[in-house]
Amino acid sequence: MNATTMQSSPEASAVEITAAFYDLNEHDHPEGGSTMLGFWIYLMSDCLIFAMLFAAYGVLGGSFAAGPGPKDLFELPLVALNTAMLLFSSITYGFAMLAMEKDRVGQTQIWLLVTAVFGAAFLAIELYEFAHLIHEGATPMRSGFLTAFFSLVGTHGLHVTFGLVWLFTLVAQIAKKGLIPANKRRLMCLSLFWHFLDVIWIGVFTFVYLMGML
Amino acid sequence: MEAVDHSHWSLLLGRLWWDAIPTEPIVLATFVVVALGGAALLAGLTYFKLWGYLWKEWFTSVDHKKIGIMYMVLGLVMFLRGFADAVMMRIQQSIAFNGNEGYLNAHHYDQIFTAHGVIMIFFVAMPFVTGLMNYIVPLQIGARDVSFPFLNNFSFWMTTAGAVLVMMSLFVGEFAQTGWLAYPPLSNFAYSPWVGVDYYIWALQIAGVGTLLSGVNLIATIVKMRAPGMTMMRMPIFTWTSLCTNVLIVAAFPVLTAVMTMLTVDRYLGFNFFTNDFGGSPMMYVNLIWIWGHPEVYILILPLFGVFSEVTSTFCGKRLFGYSSMVYATLVITILSYLVWLHHFFTMGSGASVNSFFGITTMVISIPTGAKLFNWLFTMYRGRIRYELPMMWTVAFMLTFVVGGMTGVLLAVPPADFVLHNSLFLIAHFHNVIIGGVLFGIFAAINYWWPKAFGFKLNEFWGKVSFWLWIPGFWFAFMPLYILGLMGVTRRMRVFDDPSLQPFFIVAAFGAFLVALGIAAMLVQFAVSIWKREELKDETGDPWDGRTLEWSTSSPPPEYNFAFTPIVHDIDAWDDMKRCGVQRPTSGFRPIHMPKGTGAGAILAGLSLVLGFAMIWYIWWLAALSFAGVIGYAIAHTFNYKRDYHIPVETVIETEAARDRQLAAAGA
Amino acid sequence: MRSPESPPSPRLLSALARVPVARTAAALALTGALSACNSVVLDPAGDVAQQQGDLVVISTVLMLLIIVPVMALTIFFAWRYRASNKEATYEPDWDHSTQLELVIWAAPLLIIICLGALTWVATHLLDPYRTIGRIDAQTAVAHDAEPLEVEVVALDWKWLFIYPQQGIATVNELVLPTNRPLQFKITSSSVMNSFYVPAMAGQIYAMPGMETRLHAVMNETGDFVGLSANYSGAGFSNMRFATHSVTGADFTRWADGVKAGGKDSAGTLDRATYLQLEKPSEKNPVARYASVDADLYGAILDMCVEPGKMCMSEMMAIDARGGLGKAGIRNVEMLAYDKYGRRASAEANANPDAAARRELAWVRALCKQEPGKAPENTVKAPASLRSLTGAGLSAPQSVAFDQNDDAPARPLLISRN
Repeated sequence: MNATTMQSSPEASAVEITAAFYDLNEHDHPEGGSTMLGFWIYLMSDCLIFAMLFAAYGVLGGSFAAGPGPKDLFELPLVALNTAMLLFSSITYGFAMLAMEKDRVGQTQIWLLVTAVFGAAFLAIELYEFAHLIHEGATPMRSGFLTAFFSLVGTHGLHVTFGLVWLFTLVAQIAKKGLIPANKRRLMCLSLFWHFLDVIWIGVFTFVYLMGML
Repeated sequence: MEAVDHSHWSLLLGRLWWDAIPTEPIVLATFVVVALGGAALLAGLTYFKLWGYLWKEWFTSVDHKKIGIMYMVLGLVMFLRGFADAVMMRIQQSIAFNGNEGYLNAHHYDQIFTAHGVIMIFFVAMPFVTGLMNYIVPLQIGARDVSFPFLNNFSFWMTTAGAVLVMMSLFVGEFAQTGWLAYPPLSNFAYSPWVGVDYYIWALQIAGVGTLLSGVNLIATIVKMRAPGMTMMRMPIFTWTSLCTNVLIVAAFPVLTAVMTMLTVDRYLGFNFFTNDFGGSPMMYVNLIWIWGHPEVYILILPLFGVFSEVTSTFCGKRLFGYSSMVYATLVITILSYLVWLHHFFTMGSGASVNSFFGITTMVISIPTGAKLFNWLFTMYRGRIRYELPMMWTVAFMLTFVVGGMTGVLLAVPPADFVLHNSLFLIAHFHNVIIGGVLFGIFAAINYWWPKAFGFKLNEFWGKVSFWLWIPGFWFAFMPLYILGLMGVTRRMRVFDDPSLQPFFIVAAFGAFLVALGIAAMLVQFAVSIWKREELKDETGDPWDGRTLEWSTSSPPPEYNFAFTPIVHDIDAWDDMKRCGVQRPTSGFRPIHMPKGTGAGAILAGLSLVLGFAMIWYIWWLAALSFAGVIGYAIAHTFNYKRDYHIPVETVIETEAARDRQLAAAGA
Repeated sequence: MRSPESPPSPRLLSALARVPVARTAAALALTGALSACNSVVLDPAGDVAQQQGDLVVISTVLMLLIIVPVMALTIFFAWRYRASNKEATYEPDWDHSTQLELVIWAAPLLIIICLGALTWVATHLLDPYRTIGRIDAQTAVAHDAEPLEVEVVALDWKWLFIYPQQGIATVNELVLPTNRPLQFKITSSSVMNSFYVPAMAGQIYAMPGMETRLHAVMNETGDFVGLSANYSGAGFSNMRFATHSVTGADFTRWADGVKAGGKDSAGTLDRATYLQLEKPSEKNPVARYASVDADLYGAILDMCVEPGKMCMSEMMAIDARGGLGKAGIRNVEMLAYDKYGRRASAEANANPDAAARRELAWVRALCKQEPGKAPENTVKAPASLRSLTGAGLSAPQSVAFDQNDDAPARPLLISRN
């Protein structure tokens, strides 16, 4: 609509013109309409941090500084078990979301806690691996390769830790408020976050462990 | 310079000890002045009982307009600090000849040029740009606030916390002596063992969180909260450039976060990302930091391109020429800005093919930029140009920026860069684009939108005084640097041998003096305008015959911006409404749903500030405590579900009735 | 016309630079002040810098083709369409013109196409890693010309120049013969610097543990200034060195004088002397060493001047084979260069404890301690420059403007690591 079309219809009354230019029957916008988009954008930025760490691993991954390389250090069966833990936790998170869709508070919480158990198992195995490496002397200070390795895997581990804290917070919030829209939205965000970490881990597993060992 | 032993460490205070108080007389004097000034300010606030007002109405506000203004104030304050650094450098370089060491020792001078760069980019240009976007974008798209109002407040306070850390380094410890990008190995533990680089890292890291979140926030706002009818291709051009800038922020700042974290673990834990030995790679830092750094340049300039578009169109009384080509040019710049980073270090020894690739991609950026310039030019063509202050700054920008652009393309030719890299020619170039582009744009924007924000115009006389001091001041300050660059003089020099260079530095210092007067005139302009605000009052809300939606509401806008959300039919939505003779709706008001203020942002940022400080000084117990505080408080905050309220309909009716009376008095 | 043996020369560049109009416009553009002052970048003493300076001028002129009209139009429109001028046409709704849009995108595009082509050619011709093909615009490098090699080390905060062919070294003094190809190998001991003699050629970074290259030539005798162009810490401002360009005969005389020693001589530059020299210091006076350890530069580059350190090249060779496995895990002393502080290990090394001694023995057993195995990464100036004359453009290194050279164009794609 522009001036010419408006002027060409002189019968349009002032009231009608106003109604064409102002939303006179506006309702409250539902809260949190932008949350999923905003969180998605944040995740993409987080993804870039991992991209940088992968890039650093790509650059430094062969700098063993006359020390041990991946073949000397990694134990694929352990990492495979670890990967399984994280993948299971993603599946169980999916079950939590299904329960949420059906508004089943208890079931949602139980699946969330199962997810937390798998997540904690993942972390425990990772910590065991780190402790083992450090005990052997393969610390991140030893070489560029180990620096990049510990940073990449450790950053992922920190994300999982943070996800666990968030998960327990949500369990408490669901207990307190039930599956209200705000909590559902938060569960959706954590769901995105959790699956995102899964995807990153698949990258880590392939790029760091598999390609390092094969 | 004799090495000072800073190896003292105690459980309670970490590295913090008496030797942290600088002994350089200049710093000490500054400290005393700042301390007295600060004490006077705090006493004044207390005496006039303003703390409660500031806390309730401003610090905890989630209103995008107030946050925008706070960003601008932060930018202005830090601008004065950054400019003081610039003046100190100019004086040093104009006297340090013939064996004269000048008045700054290396330790002090090296901090000054590092701080100048860091402050001007992170704590002047960024807050100014973010502040503008915060204030204007929701108004331009007909929204009542941003998507995440609390995050907005939090972002502001994180940026401020970063700025506070930088200011603190002046009086407690030292700032980095590494240049503003802190290349390792120089910035690594071996060569910068004390707190300078740690201040740098934590200030950038904390402010970076704020910048990233505000980027996410504004993207979501622009994508989700536009008024009905405002399709992407009907968005005002400033909103478009803001969108692209925020996309750049979200896609670039994580890189900075990552690279700063890598430097942190190198310094704190002995990792080997950027070490000389143990297989680290300092060159990786240079690459990574510029992958952030080059987009950052466009993060700064793009919104100002938007400002110039708005100003040109308004003051020429004409639709913007080539709106869609303007949009596409912006998008092309956004994408290309990621493909040019290597041009900052052609001299690192990459192969000729790699260098040419990055040189040519850099040149390609000048094509959309040139198209933008032509678009402004042809907006002026057959217009009716009113030379108010914003338009004066815009014309000054067009004439200044082309020179900066030209020297930029010149530097993109690798063999030419070999002789001009790190020279004062380069310094002149980027000041030419950053001052001529970003800063002139900020000044245009301040003069343009000030009446919207405060309800009165800025004094024109003092504005013109400032303008006519700034323009020659700028050229006097930087033309000599171009020439010095061609004489083979490089940057960051504290003392010189060749006395024939001195006249050029004296001319440059004179330019800086003119600029200082220009800044003073601008502060006078603000003061006089506030003093005479009744005479300069803008009753209509549309003092410049504007074209976009922010001019359709009152000056300053009510808390809710628009009583009724406007419906958009054209790019220049408000111009369209005026031409159609749209009457403001005067009845049928409803209560308006708004977000509630919260102190959580300020508190979280305060805790982060403490965390940063504790980490810088190795006060581990405090770091642990404040970190636990940040996490704990953030979690507690999420248990608060009551974050909104309704502005009662009576308030809306009252506000709108006052607006009616105001308009009637103005004869509209 | 030049003879068939005439050197590969970027004739386009020099030809353009010689165009009087271009020169005049450039002089105008770069302000009259420049001719009054001594612009070493535009009027240097070395052929490489001269070509780079010419490129600055040519690019500027190319861009002025569009900048000048834009500025003129800006001023004209700003004046013509001022609000008070009611004569001027006012068309508030005119906001689009396809033809005009085409022009405003095409005009900068055309300039950038020209400039881009120029950039591609010039960047390859003036690649600092590439040996030079000509002494000046008229003279080719003779087939049997032996380049003068100079090994450059940026120290905190002074410059060390090693002349391997003469077996001498200097600090903060660079003496160069005119009209002889110069080959610089550049590294640094601690942080990044940039080796820059504005009168000779463009700069290149000096980085620890890495080697960069620069090829240049001096055409005029005289005294010039060299400096570090990249900030490197507290003493950076005084990292200037005298650069003397002298005739070949004078250079030989000078080198012989340094080699002969004498009372001003600093003696021999061996590893122990170097470790002392390397310590941070400012405003060092010129020092001349009558002899220098043959493998010193290689050891500096390999970060293994100190006894018992593993050379970088050896470490990288070991890494390429997959590292030393867990056996090598705890041997870190041999690798520590400056990670734990500014060469703090020098002190530890003087007085090793039992553990360190064990490790030193390990390094000696492991490594041959043969420094200086940096890969050769010089790009040879092409024998022929025939492409760019037609479609047969094979490799960027082989651009040419010379038609009458019978040798086949030889693509020289030498990888660089």
